[in-house]
Amino acid sequence: MKDNIKFVQGNEACVEGALYAGLDFFAGYPITPSTEIAEHLSYRLPQSGGKFIQMEDEIASMCAIIGASLTGHKVMTATSGPGFSLMQEALGYAIMTEIPCVIVDVQRGGPSTGLPTSVSQGDVNQARWGAHGDHAVIALTASNHQDIFAITVEAFNLAETYRTPVILLFDEVTGHMRERLVVPEEGEIPLVGRLRTSVPEGVDYHPYLPREDGRLPMSDFGGVHRYNVTGLFHDMWGFPSNNPGVVQGLLRHLMDKINNNAHQIARYNEYFVEDAQVLLISYGSAARSALHVVQNRRPRGERVGLLELQTLWPFPVDLVRERCRAPEIVMVVEMNMGQVLQAVKLGVDDPEKVFLANRIDGSLITPTDIRNILRVIQGKGV
Amino acid sequence: MAKPKLKEHQIQTEWCKGCGICVAFCPKSVLELDSQDKVRVARPEDCICCRLCELRCPDIAIEVIVEQEGSG
Amino acid sequence: MPVKDYIRERFFPHLWCPGCGHGIVMNALIRAIEALGLSKNEIVMVSGIGCSSRISGYLDFHTLHTIHGRALAFATGVKMGLPELNIIVPMGDGDALAIGGNHFIHAARRNIEMTAIIMNNRIYGMTGGQYSPLSGYGTLATTAPYMNIDHAFDVVQLSIAAGATFVARTTTYHVQQMTDCFKKAILHEGFSVVEVLSQCPTYFGRKNKMGSAADMMAFYRDHTTPIGSKKKKENPDLIERGIFVQKDLPEYCRAYDTVIERAKGKGQKG
Repeated sequence: MKDNIKFVQGNEACVEGALYAGLDFFAGYPITPSTEIAEHLSYRLPQSGGKFIQMEDEIASMCAIIGASLTGHKVMTATSGPGFSLMQEALGYAIMTEIPCVIVDVQRGGPSTGLPTSVSQGDVNQARWGAHGDHAVIALTASNHQDIFAITVEAFNLAETYRTPVILLFDEVTGHMRERLVVPEEGEIPLVGRLRTSVPEGVDYHPYLPREDGRLPMSDFGGVHRYNVTGLFHDMWGFPSNNPGVVQGLLRHLMDKINNNAHQIARYNEYFVEDAQVLLISYGSAARSALHVVQNRRPRGERVGLLELQTLWPFPVDLVRERCRAPEIVMVVEMNMGQVLQAVKLGVDDPEKVFLANRIDGSLITPTDIRNILRVIQGKGV
Repeated sequence: MAKPKLKEHQIQTEWCKGCGICVAFCPKSVLELDSQDKVRVARPEDCICCRLCELRCPDIAIEVIVEQEGSG
Repeated sequence: MPVKDYIRERFFPHLWCPGCGHGIVMNALIRAIEALGLSKNEIVMVSGIGCSSRISGYLDFHTLHTIHGRALAFATGVKMGLPELNIIVPMGDGDALAIGGNHFIHAARRNIEMTAIIMNNRIYGMTGGQYSPLSGYGTLATTAPYMNIDHAFDVVQLSIAAGATFVARTTTYHVQQMTDCFKKAILHEGFSVVEVLSQCPTYFGRKNKMGSAADMMAFYRDHTTPIGSKKKKENPDLIERGIFVQKDLPEYCRAYDTVIERAKGKGQKG
């Protein structure tokens, strides 16, 4: 048997994807249901000279990966809802200081300690709005292990491309479930490396001056360019500034670099969307059940389709608006009280036809759940 | 080794905030604050070049320059 | 002036108040680094939030001005990322020991090589004079208008208990000792702590009727004594200064190299 075919948990698929992408520094703190990511990386990273550290809490983990990223490493941390809450201040710092890093949140039921071993998708809005102040984020997800692998690689690529933290929102079901994973050959998925400045020693280097293509070349700590990194609003050298022009310019840059590229960052899968009368919009493990409904009902003549979102933030609003035009019913399938539903309703021309099919009791939403809710919406009764 | 001989106190006047630490602890009372609350070298001839004013200045505003050996 | 080689002159005069001890700490730190002949490119200064943290912006090293209390956690990532760097982490007493207390004890426990400088002015200065974990019982602050009933940490005892392998205490009055402590701390292969009693004449001094900056430094002169001195036996209230601990234990990054060696050995065996 080829050793690139594995039967693994989703958390391991994430580990494989991260290593494939070049992860060489991980800091984390144990928390269910993400812990396997830390465990596997503590084993795997040093085998290739990478480094793993178990910090004293999630705050420290987030801070440590930012520090390591500044020395040129590809970095990641992994947690679940409560730990993700603790990371928010440092996440905002990474956004403000434009430090590439990847944060995995394997979602569990909340709020608070909630349901540590049960599934939920309740952190979608925390990913978007957890850090204070205006900001833009990239948050990705996936519903199966092959996609978890690929989207993890993508997270590292986007983090480097846009010099920003990227959040991976997995969930307890995909994280713990085992299925087949085929690890691609080296080079099969393109990787984005750290863009380093070509400015030579002795010439003024501007860590916060975007090039024409919007990218900002970095210089590793310990190198020939000594600059300042601060969470305060700062000028192109990284020094604090409260000049109104500088403040406005930086905030616009931080928002625009992500939001203006929303369609480039949009990742999704489509199943029978073209002629769908009923369009399901789903993501993560909920999308597995949604896909089952589509595959099950199509042979019976029901024109049901699925738009599976992998990019949740920036919300792919143009895509969603376009795909929602023709269908008579749009049903958002998710395991929360309608966090993506809100974004869909805001984006579409006709929000009254958008409904929520959800489950919030710690159980995976089943195809039957979705089917029953759809029947009620259609006026057919359960 | 010969005792160091003072060449001058270089004062960065615009950095001096007039806290008076240098004046208070100068063992020979060489320094004073002027009417603008900036450090002033009142009695340079008494300076023993101990550099404590330089080392204790929170504003990095004082440097004690000594004559180079053989250059005097 | 050689000191000017190490500062970002365009930001001077600095933002600290007249007589602030933090400027003296910066002054001594520059002299220590100059005496050691370290290259500016191999020094990373990581700071948190507060008056103390602004030191990083003034010095011409790789500088990382982070969030409140977390400087040591950021520094841990920097150090593990590139262990050959010299990491210096100046912190205030609130930054290091209130919001950052957990990171402090754990960095000490790991014995990761970096120099933590605790600029202890016994107050939150940047926010206007609230009591800190080092203000001490009976002091006054804007949030202790009647009397502070919180007891203070003893930074030296805390550091030793947490496992720091170099622990020193000095004051802004004792500038030569301070420079010497910094030199030894920076050279130490492990987690080093230097507590510097650093006056805040604006808030702690004013609230507690300590007089001018110079008066507060005179207080350090008169109320401290070298470790184990005869004076201490006669007057146990005196605060001891000097190097309390200096010992060799495996340094974290070097120890991790052993982990890598073991992992690689295991990887080869399949």
